Amino acid sequence: MTSTLPRVDTASAAAPQRRRRAPGWLAVVPLLVVTVIAFGIPALAMLNGAFTVKDQATGATSYTTANLTDSLQGAYLTALLGSVKLSALSAALATVLGLFLAQAVVTSRFRALRDAVLTASGVLANFGGVPLAFAFVATLGNSGVLTQHLGLKDAGWDLYSFWGLTLVYLYFLIPLMVLTITPALEGLRAQWREAAQNNGATHAQYWRHVALPVLTPSLLGGFVLLFGSAFAAYATAAAMVGSSVPLVTLQIADAISGNVLVGQENVALALSLDMVLVAGLVMAVYLPLQRRSARWLA
Amino acid sequence: MSQSRTAALSGSLAVVAALALSACGAAPDNASTTADGKNAATATSAADFGGLDALVKAAKKEGTLHAIALPRDWANYGALIDGFTKKYGIKITVENPDGSSQDEINAVTSRKGQDRTPDVLDLGSSFALSAAQQGLVAPYKVASFADIPTGQKDPQGRWFNDYGGYISIGCDAKRIKTCPTTFADLLKPQYKGQVALNGNPTKSGSAFGGVYAAALANGGSFDNIQPGLDFFAKLKKNGNYTPVESTPATVEKGETPISIDWDYLNAGYADEFKSKGVDWKVSVPSDGQYAQYYSQAINKDAPHPAAARLWQEYLYSAEGQNLWLKGYARPALMTALEKAGTLDKTAAAKLPKVSGTPSFPTEAQQSKAKTAIAEGWAKAISG
Repeated sequence: MTSTLPRVDTASAAAPQRRRRAPGWLAVVPLLVVTVIAFGIPALAMLNGAFTVKDQATGATSYTTANLTDSLQGAYLTALLGSVKLSALSAALATVLGLFLAQAVVTSRFRALRDAVLTASGVLANFGGVPLAFAFVATLGNSGVLTQHLGLKDAGWDLYSFWGLTLVYLYFLIPLMVLTITPALEGLRAQWREAAQNNGATHAQYWRHVALPVLTPSLLGGFVLLFGSAFAAYATAAAMVGSSVPLVTLQIADAISGNVLVGQENVALALSLDMVLVAGLVMAVYLPLQRRSARWLA
Repeated sequence: MSQSRTAALSGSLAVVAALALSACGAAPDNASTTADGKNAATATSAADFGGLDALVKAAKKEGTLHAIALPRDWANYGALIDGFTKKYGIKITVENPDGSSQDEINAVTSRKGQDRTPDVLDLGSSFALSAAQQGLVAPYKVASFADIPTGQKDPQGRWFNDYGGYISIGCDAKRIKTCPTTFADLLKPQYKGQVALNGNPTKSGSAFGGVYAAALANGGSFDNIQPGLDFFAKLKKNGNYTPVESTPATVEKGETPISIDWDYLNAGYADEFKSKGVDWKVSVPSDGQYAQYYSQAINKDAPHPAAARLWQEYLYSAEGQNLWLKGYARPALMTALEKAGTLDKTAAAKLPKVSGTPSFPTEAQQSKAKTAIAEGWAKAISG
């Protein structure tokens, strides 16, 4: 992906330069229109709804911060923290495991193995939702094949728990990390390692002082991507654990569509706003680092 | 992954978009007027419209009925839908069969005045009440309106109870040696990881009923649902509670060998899976009896107002009521039918046995219990 190096410069230099001041921004207009319609309007409606409360009896609406306050206490706060905890943990695990797997594949001498792993990663990274949940339920659920054959139940195994869900998330997060980090690993030049070795560095020293610092922004970027994926995941968790693992996406669904609680829609919007803020915070850590990685691995 | 992300996104975005777009919708066209100028959309009874025959004629002219959130395997709705279509030749389309009451209300409010709005609603009681308060539903009294017990209908006929049942304990007798029959039984250590609810009580009506029933079994009352929450916390702590939400699929596959659910659903599973080798036993727990009814309502802006009203007449005829009964649901007119001698006695005899008459919490008691559940459920069950 990123292994094609400074191709951009040569391409623009070779391009015909006759029509100098073509209105370049015109080409961006369709993108801007789509952005405004697909992201802008819903975002504004969410912002508006999060601060609105509707009186059930009269139907009159008024502005308030009550929704936001509600969304940050009690069960809703537990769910928000639960989501952050689950996403951070599974993303961290997947980042480490994915790095090892990708490094093993990149340095492998068997071209076929490498291709197979990358292809499989491409498929598995997109294997999610209800099908994934049922695959795990059938294998490791209460009456799952492995659970029964290996007697896991007596050993205390429970798929429908925090750790069960983490395991399921890893199933698509690790392949995603392999896909994300492989180009960066390929960007590590052989000359750097040779230079380090010629100067008497050990393998560990090379990794500690050369490879990892160069990779750090990519790893963090990968972590942010995985965090986002896990944070926004809904269907897998909904199909598998229901309400037993508190997650903010499940709480939003409960508030929007239910048979029990009336008039919780605006709290759901406030919860969505909380999610946007959390995602924004995580991105804020990543963006400044991205510039550094670009310098080495462009 | 991408699928789950889309689901979450579309979940939150759909609502947002619905809110944004709800302002602009086509104006309703009141085409369903009879030759003598009577309008089905404002008729408050069949007589008001010129008799049942006139209603049938107008409904046939409309040709379709747009329903929402009616699962075919729930309270025999499949047979009711087929029966109505066969009798009047009116096609019923069911949108989002597994939808919830809130989904129904959302569909009504966000598509006001459009052809795609649902005509009829089957709502949880508090949603029916709130829909009536917001003026979303039309007043209509079916021919047998007077026979519906008082307290189970809105005096103006904006909603009325249709069918209901008791919280029951379903149990897979092939997997469980002795089936539990009371809430106290459920705490026994032999049921480790086997006791399930049909969903999450902040969302699912039957799970909410399950917690209410557990409260009644453990010294609580309609005013105090906390003992129910404590019961499930205890169940979770001793490992008996399984967070798998019971559905026909989990019952069939043995993922939820014990399921607390409405008796009509549990009894329906017993029938459905007998041929597949599942021996599903149903009992209404003697220590915690909780009954609840759903309510019918007609969308005020129903695109097929005559068909919507005819559907109500069908549901509240002896034929419709007995079809619910065949699905193990207790129809609102059960006592009246028994008196009139039109009750399907064999179907009635097959209902799970219950002692005494049901009592219902008031709206204020219910909303208090709901607040307690919304705050306490996650604490009771997570971790």
